Amino acid sequence: MISLQHVSKRFGSDGAPAVADLSMEIEEGETVVLVGPSGCGKTTTMKMINRLIEPTSGSIVVNGTDVLRQDPVQLRRGIGYVIQSIGLLPHRTIAENMATVPRLVGWDDARIHKRVEELTAILELDQELLHRYPGELSGGQRQRVGVARALAVDPPVMLMDEPFGAVDPIVRGRLQEQFLDIQERLKKTVVFVTHDIDEAIKIADRIAILNKGGVIEQYAPPEEILRDPANDFVERFVGSERGLKRLALIKVSEIEVEEGPVVGPSASVEEAIRTIEKHDLGWASVVEDGELLGWVDGAVLEGRREVGEATPRRFSAYVTADSSLRQALDSIVTSRTQVAVVVSEGQRYLGILTLERISREIVS
Amino acid sequence: MNQPVIGAILDWDWVGRQLDTIGVQLVEHVQLTAIAVGVGFVISFPLAVFAYRHKRFYAPITWVTGVLYTIPSLALFILLIPYTGLSTATAEIGLVSYTLLILIRNIVAGLRAVPADVKEAAEGMGYTRRQILWSVELPLALPVIMAGVRIATVTTIGLVTVTALIGKGGLGFFILRGLRDFFPTASIVGAVLSVALAVVADGLLLLVQRFLTPWARAVKVRAFA
Amino acid sequence: MDFALDTFRWLTDPTNHSGPNGIPVRLWEHVQVSFLALFLATLLALPIGLLIGHTGRGEFFAVSVANIGRALPSFGILGIVFPLTLGVLPGFGYYPTLIALFLLAIPPILTNAYVGVQNVDRETVEAARGMGMSGRQVLAKLEVPLAAPLIVAGLRTSAVAVVATATLGAVAAGPGLGRFIIDGFVTRNLAKAAGGAVLVAVLAILTELAFGLLERSLTPRTSSQGRRRTPRAGGIATPETA
Repeated sequence: MISLQHVSKRFGSDGAPAVADLSMEIEEGETVVLVGPSGCGKTTTMKMINRLIEPTSGSIVVNGTDVLRQDPVQLRRGIGYVIQSIGLLPHRTIAENMATVPRLVGWDDARIHKRVEELTAILELDQELLHRYPGELSGGQRQRVGVARALAVDPPVMLMDEPFGAVDPIVRGRLQEQFLDIQERLKKTVVFVTHDIDEAIKIADRIAILNKGGVIEQYAPPEEILRDPANDFVERFVGSERGLKRLALIKVSEIEVEEGPVVGPSASVEEAIRTIEKHDLGWASVVEDGELLGWVDGAVLEGRREVGEATPRRFSAYVTADSSLRQALDSIVTSRTQVAVVVSEGQRYLGILTLERISREIVS
Repeated sequence: MNQPVIGAILDWDWVGRQLDTIGVQLVEHVQLTAIAVGVGFVISFPLAVFAYRHKRFYAPITWVTGVLYTIPSLALFILLIPYTGLSTATAEIGLVSYTLLILIRNIVAGLRAVPADVKEAAEGMGYTRRQILWSVELPLALPVIMAGVRIATVTTIGLVTVTALIGKGGLGFFILRGLRDFFPTASIVGAVLSVALAVVADGLLLLVQRFLTPWARAVKVRAFA
Repeated sequence: MDFALDTFRWLTDPTNHSGPNGIPVRLWEHVQVSFLALFLATLLALPIGLLIGHTGRGEFFAVSVANIGRALPSFGILGIVFPLTLGVLPGFGYYPTLIALFLLAIPPILTNAYVGVQNVDRETVEAARGMGMSGRQVLAKLEVPLAAPLIVAGLRTSAVAVVATATLGAVAAGPGLGRFIIDGFVTRNLAKAAGGAVLVAVLAILTELAFGLLERSLTPRTSSQGRRRTPRAGGIATPETA
């Protein structure tokens, strides 16, 4: 979808290049995050795609067309653009702001009106805001309007320059979730610039880690960057807690779980006690036709013949197949028994996860 | 408060007899002002936009208009007389030249104050340079530009009175008459009406500005809410 | 061209360089009445402006003075003062001119002093108070030095306006270079009128330049931009202040 080949940018006639001989491919529908310390040329790289900055040399192809051969104004109208300070036009209402690019490309009023309604729904914006001016909105609201405005003509490519950088952490988290939600549905090709590695890990399909002078140190999916940093720079940039961060990216369904101590309601108490002792956890899950009913231990079973005679106790916390390993780890360390019980939808029992199993994942 | 003194200063009967002349001079005053500010704006606007886009021209442009602004009005009128005579043209050339510095400085200041992020976003969305100027920069600069127009208008209204010395003058006609005939009533009528005209013009322009910039009011309301 | 040449001849004619009606005498009169008016106006307006800025009380008064000052035509002030003072004060045109110039000079000085002090960073002031400076010390050691460029800018505006308006004083038989203009005008000696006009214009520009230099020398240097410019005559109004 987007292809940068040997792209360089030098500001002024001398001095070090801001971006030197950078090549990268971005696939359609993928979210690529450019991340790196300040001065690494990540914003410069992004702005060369819509020619807000002209490359000194190299070629940039978007959707099969060389951007350097296109009229920059036309090019920009076809690429969504969101910046940190948003830059809403303060003298236009929210609805007018969203209609900016549709008007530039000459849509009629009816079509614009319909599109504004759609965008309002997509971004879950309050209808009432449409006739206000940007100065009357909160930072989070403005940011969502900024995204809505960039989506207005449904451009296949979106460029986002630290779009959530100016809001507080709680709002930022919510905006990131919403971004993931919308991206899931709209499947845009997104180039996203941030200096926040955690944000990159959270939203990226692939991360390009840039070093001074626009050198790509590693370009890989987040999980791979965390598991296998290409060099010292990446390792230092990713920072401590690398293992923990990676756990957040792996779903429980992606690894094998252990079967754990399981008994059926029809099992005898002797059988149940044997199972409990074998696993040395002090309890066993009660599963009937694949459905998890709860757990039993020796005390509950005392004086009974069959497991089914006792009322199984409920687990206070489960982990689902969709949970991340990080959530599983949290469940393990906070549970009394140092084990996380994994279920799928409809309380289907899948197995258990132990600290040992997860640490094996971190090491691998 | 001191009725006898006021009575001695202001000859109300005279004022009553002069109502027609006052009307005529008032109209002339408004005309001279409107033409001066209008022409001044037409000259200032392209110069200011040019100086805004090409920074190195700002200093020379304001230097030249600054010199014009500094030359005393009477001196400027006198120096024009050999060329344009005792005419409206002489008056207007002088008056216009005083509006230039005020207008150019304010237009440039207004344009410079447009937030960089708004310009960047507009460029990123595919506005052309001309579109950015006309539908982003100028609307946002409007409050400062209008402030400049207001100052220029109020200043010009005051300066028009001086053109009485070259046979024009609007309400300055009465001021000159008061001076020449040692007749305070005429001077006071001229000065007071001139001030009143300035206040009214300033207020009207402020209303125009409010009408043209509804977003500024919205933000302000929020700020005080 | 003839006109310009005649004007040059008049300016360089030695007979115009001496005697009670010579250029030096008129120039001195002009400078003297302008300086005195500016001095007296400063004496009155500066302390009031500083006090309003320092205490934050009387702001409405300061803003009103500024607005009236801008709207009041200088010619109008002269027109009112002259007939009213005639016979009350000695001399013919000198005192009316002085009083008119004095009144004219007040608003810019007062307003700039007030705005200059008011613009001083409130946190800096608070820090100074926190260190134990008295109100008087804050004003003298902090507010006045920091407001100095704006105060001088106000003086500059007033001085240029006073020098220009002193010319008009001649209409009311006042002193100064305006005499050449009015007398030349009345006697149809355009070279003389224009000569006077040139002298007045040069004097006004020199006044502007002199105060401009003073203002620059008082403006603190900021690392990136060299010297910061401060507003001056015909200055930039923000929508809030205008």
